[in-house]
Amino acid sequence: MTNVANKQMICDVLMQAAKTDKDIVVLCSDSRGSASATPFAKAFPEQFVEVGIAEQDLVGIAAGMARCGKRTFPMSPACFITARSYEQCKVDVAYSHTNVKLIGISGGVSYGALGMSHHSAQDIACMSSIPGMRVYLPSDCHQTKKLMEVLVKDLEPAYIRVGRNAVPEVYSEDNCPFEMDKATVIQQGSDVALIACGEMVLYAKQAADILKAQGISAYVLDMYCVKPLDTAAVIKAASETKAVVTIEEHSPFGGMGSMVAQVVAANCPRKVLTLALPDTPVITGTSLEVFKHYGLTGDGIAAKAKELLNA
Amino acid sequence: MNLSKLAYQLRRDVVDMIVAGKGGHIGGDMSVMEVLVTLYFHEMNVTPENFATGQHDHFVMSKGHSVEALYAVLAAKGFFPRERVMKEFSQFGSPFIGHPNNKLPGIEMNSGALGHGLPVAVGMALAERINGSPNRVYVVMGDGEQAEGSVWEGAMSGANYKLGNLCAILDRNRLQISGSTEDVMALENLKAKWTAFGWNVIDVADGNSVAQLQDAFAAAKACTNQPSLVLANTVKGKGSSVMENKASWHHHVPNAEEYAHIMADLKQHEEEA
Ligand SMILES: Cc1ncc(C[n+]2csc(CCOP(=O)(O)OP(=O)(O)O)c2C)c(N)n1
Ligand SMILES: [Mg+2]
Repeated sequence: MTNVANKQMICDVLMQAAKTDKDIVVLCSDSRGSASATPFAKAFPEQFVEVGIAEQDLVGIAAGMARCGKRTFPMSPACFITARSYEQCKVDVAYSHTNVKLIGISGGVSYGALGMSHHSAQDIACMSSIPGMRVYLPSDCHQTKKLMEVLVKDLEPAYIRVGRNAVPEVYSEDNCPFEMDKATVIQQGSDVALIACGEMVLYAKQAADILKAQGISAYVLDMYCVKPLDTAAVIKAASETKAVVTIEEHSPFGGMGSMVAQVVAANCPRKVLTLALPDTPVITGTSLEVFKHYGLTGDGIAAKAKELLNA
Repeated sequence: MNLSKLAYQLRRDVVDMIVAGKGGHIGGDMSVMEVLVTLYFHEMNVTPENFATGQHDHFVMSKGHSVEALYAVLAAKGFFPRERVMKEFSQFGSPFIGHPNNKLPGIEMNSGALGHGLPVAVGMALAERINGSPNRVYVVMGDGEQAEGSVWEGAMSGANYKLGNLCAILDRNRLQISGSTEDVMALENLKAKWTAFGWNVIDVADGNSVAQLQDAFAAAKACTNQPSLVLANTVKGKGSSVMENKASWHHHVPNAEEYAHIMADLKQHEEEA
């Protein structure tokens, strides 16, 4: 367990890049504290814009600045930057093709007991359905670092969703295989493919260990690149196994699981079970309590995978 | 009933709730307490009995993060047992979540995302006018919240429809999460802005004074051809020097030492009120 949250890692990479790239601009909507961007604001006051509690303004300003040569990184809670500013994301960023990297912090159910207004369980669906918008959900701080090092340099719009707290490492500093827009194969296996993104990758990995102890061989894929989905990796994982389980911190509709199911159905039909949050405001609790309650931890995933194989 | 005393008593409930629930928005709870107490115990026609009939004044907590203050007031008003909310706030499986939710009695609209309350209140006021109902509509907003464009869309529509049955309260505590509102996104001149938008602006010098708030609500009611804005100049963290006027107390959870100090201050204010 590192104590570096993914959002912290994003700011670390931006701090590093901003030293030499004066076009990098971070924007916040009364969100600098929660985004871990206070050190950035202090170190680079000329490259930081505060807009107040105005997420539509945040994304619009980021798009306008990008059109005039800046590389902008608006950072705001995932629930607000996607839902409140959705039209700005669609029209001013994706449609106008401005180089804006939308950083959604405290995504999924990170805000726990604050309730549905603060949860973002539809962001994968809504952002992925915008033409030209890429969607990334890194699993740990090491992967977040590698991803951000690419994103600070490229010129295309993207949405990056990370959680609120530091999460246990999936990789390590010197062992974090990463290729842009290619899913990371965590382990090969022959019975069931577990395809996960974001914080769920850790639990998919734990499920694989539990399954192994029961004599079931799991293939584990970290699909941090939800869009463009690494279809070749999906086909390979599905083809080498008998069934597919997807795991995501999202609504059961229109998320990574839906996309994987489309690819599997069209290319190598197999049963696909999509594990996700329920289609209801989630139970009050911390992220971990919520994950446990809905079977989105190692135990729950392993049990469902076993059931699927036996069905 | 001495409502000023009640406000300090309920502040202690809020502190206990936040400490037990390990989270909450203490600063804004403290600034808005007299506004809520005056609305629920003096101004609004709403009780657990008439709430169930649907015939009552309406209330929207647009700054939904101050839900702990609302819970304390609703419990005192008899909407649900005080012991329940004190014990269950933010706990696993609890209905008492960190923002208003209308699965609970006494709450009409879910909130938490800022900038939603005023348009919703405009809709309620429009409907009640069409209904020919005497029911009035009250909505409480934060000052940082004023940066949301939707607030000003609601301001325009409320004035356009001359909603004399609508009263918005602005908790002008001068702070938001990142610091002073004037540093983060300057709001002034708020009175001139709301007046220009067509509202009857009632400036309350001390928005933590029950007496001044009572006068303001009376003045709002007297204005029948325009919506009113009660500009309540409050103190964020009101009630203890430990937290007053400190941006860091927006959502700080008191430690043991701070807790003792705050509770002693609140008790003393209660006695003196
Ligand atoms: C749309 C939206 N954006 C951001 C937030 C996160 N947030 C919660 S409270 C808060 C600050 C509110 O400041 P203010 O309106 O001044 O309230 P108060 O000082 O009364 O607590 C912010 C930014 C939110 N709840 N909703
Ligand atoms: Mg404020």
